[in-house]
Amino acid sequence: MEQEMEKERQPVKEESHEPLIQVVDMKKYYPVKGGIITHTTGYVKAVDGVSFSIMPGETLGLVGESGCGKSTIGRQLVGLEKPTAGTVYYKGRDLSSMDKREMRQIRTNLQMVFQDSYSSLNPRKHIYEILAQPMLYHKISSKETVEKDILKILDMVGLSKNMLGRYPHEFSGGQRQRIGIAKALSLNPEFIVCDEPVSALDVSIQAQILNLLKSLQKELHLTLLFVGHGLGAVNYVSDRIAVMYLGKIVEIGEAKEIFRNPAHPYTQALLDAVPIPDPEEDGLGHGLLQGEIGNNTKPPIGCRFHTRCPYAMEACSGNEPGMQEIVEKTAGGHFTACLISPEKREFRAASS
Amino acid sequence: MVISIVKAQDKNKSIATESYRQTVFRRFRRHHLAAASLIVLAVLCLAAILAPFIAPYEPDAIVGPFSGAPCKEFLLGTDQIGRDVLSRLLYATRVSLLVGVMATLLSTVIGVALGLAAGYFGGVVDMVIMRFTDMVMSFPYILLVLVAASIFKPGLWNIILILGFVDWPGIARLVRGNVLSLRETNFVKGNIVAGMPLRHILFSEILPNTVAPILVYGTSVLALSMLDEAALSFLGMGVQPPMASLGNMLNGAQSLTVLTDKPWLWIPPGLLIVVLVVAINFVGDALRDALDPNSEKR
Repeated sequence: MEQEMEKERQPVKEESHEPLIQVVDMKKYYPVKGGIITHTTGYVKAVDGVSFSIMPGETLGLVGESGCGKSTIGRQLVGLEKPTAGTVYYKGRDLSSMDKREMRQIRTNLQMVFQDSYSSLNPRKHIYEILAQPMLYHKISSKETVEKDILKILDMVGLSKNMLGRYPHEFSGGQRQRIGIAKALSLNPEFIVCDEPVSALDVSIQAQILNLLKSLQKELHLTLLFVGHGLGAVNYVSDRIAVMYLGKIVEIGEAKEIFRNPAHPYTQALLDAVPIPDPEEDGLGHGLLQGEIGNNTKPPIGCRFHTRCPYAMEACSGNEPGMQEIVEKTAGGHFTACLISPEKREFRAASS
Repeated sequence: MVISIVKAQDKNKSIATESYRQTVFRRFRRHHLAAASLIVLAVLCLAAILAPFIAPYEPDAIVGPFSGAPCKEFLLGTDQIGRDVLSRLLYATRVSLLVGVMATLLSTVIGVALGLAAGYFGGVVDMVIMRFTDMVMSFPYILLVLVAASIFKPGLWNIILILGFVDWPGIARLVRGNVLSLRETNFVKGNIVAGMPLRHILFSEILPNTVAPILVYGTSVLALSMLDEAALSFLGMGVQPPMASLGNMLNGAQSLTVLTDKPWLWIPPGLLIVVLVVAINFVGDALRDALDPNSEKR
């Protein structure tokens, strides 16, 4: 079974439908140092065997609670860190096997928008410098045309040209995030990792930035990995959603499908936790999760969620469930990692 | 009413578009003591630079009586072998400032280079550099300088080199600490993702954000190395006579009779050292406040 899964995970080369990004069994362990003589006492398993692929022009949303490893995945995809194990394929080519020259060629294709827009801009440089330097270095623009190109990008993200000479601290959070997006766009990337781009902004600005990302994605045919913990925001921009728990993907599928038929108990709990803006609703009794996210130095044996799962049975603490396609549903491509099928689960919940 | 609103907006705008340099200058001026110190320093530097033109006599020429008290002809008197103290003082300031500035520049360059490397590359590089830094720091400072000065021939440039090679550990540590935190910031990561070369990340992204603390620390190194030069020269291991430096002008004060009976020989150079060091430290203090972007008083 596991062997078969491994086979499936090899990069598939379809005629025209090659994924832009394919992640195969990615693991990222961070060593924990301790003891009297400093040595590695264990590993934080931030990402522990994750596989997924992103098609060109698609937006994949990655959700999960803080510390589940979603941002870590983002950092591996743009090459900020190297995975401990597993591979990232970009257009079918293994990122880690590329030499420096190859890496430099594709470097600009993979960009990132950071969560904290304030620290993502050098406080000593004004916007013109921040945007122009990478463009000039990569010869995307020449000295004569760079100002025009920058203005075009600023226009795209909804900023005016009189802001070019200003420093980052002179902008509001939303404007800075627009600059962050402009910086990523300026290198004509194919793929952008948006690492919680709106979670530091207030709600009205969040909507603006989300709309901006959505329209830019359509306009420029970008491929996005949208990392976030707000289900609403992720659902709004994503075509597909992957739900993570403790370093593993527990469910992945079409965004609509996930919202309509959440198959994994964790996904259900996440959806139930979304507050309902209705005074008649008491907001209670939605099976809110008890306890804390598990320890990712020593993740629970078996299904990682079984310590908090309301439906857990004995088998759940035995084998780690693999990803299984939910065949009954029409949408297709909906996978989940749960031993108990949703129907049986409901039955169990009702009987107990 | 309307006009006042417009004016207020204009004012806001001018604050918003005030450049970093202007902000620093405005905040620096608030420290009156430092502003005064800066003027004193400027006057002294000017006097030192223009020494050949304003000195009444040749510094090394014997022009008057031995140990003559101040008079109209020799404003600050003459030294034991009849040289004009004022002229020597001007040239001595020149030498002392030169030693201080050059030694500071040298140690800053070494410290910044090592600190950048240690902080950015981390791991083994960091280990080796920082242990070496600890080693240099663990030597008794003045002893190290004295031994070095006695091994190499004492002289102006040797003193500069010795002081420069001994003063850098503080700067290296400071820079390393800053780089460690800057390396983790998103703008550095963003530039790595943007594929910018290492030299750009080190010298265009990280270094400009460490300039302020380096500058502040540099002023204290400047004051210290001038003091060290004075100490070394006082002990006869520094700038060698007949060249005048503030330290070797104090040399005469080693004798009790000079100390008690001929104050014009040691008070002026001594006072000058104090004034220079205090002024530099005041300027450094004000710079620290002015350059701090998180300062409350904006």
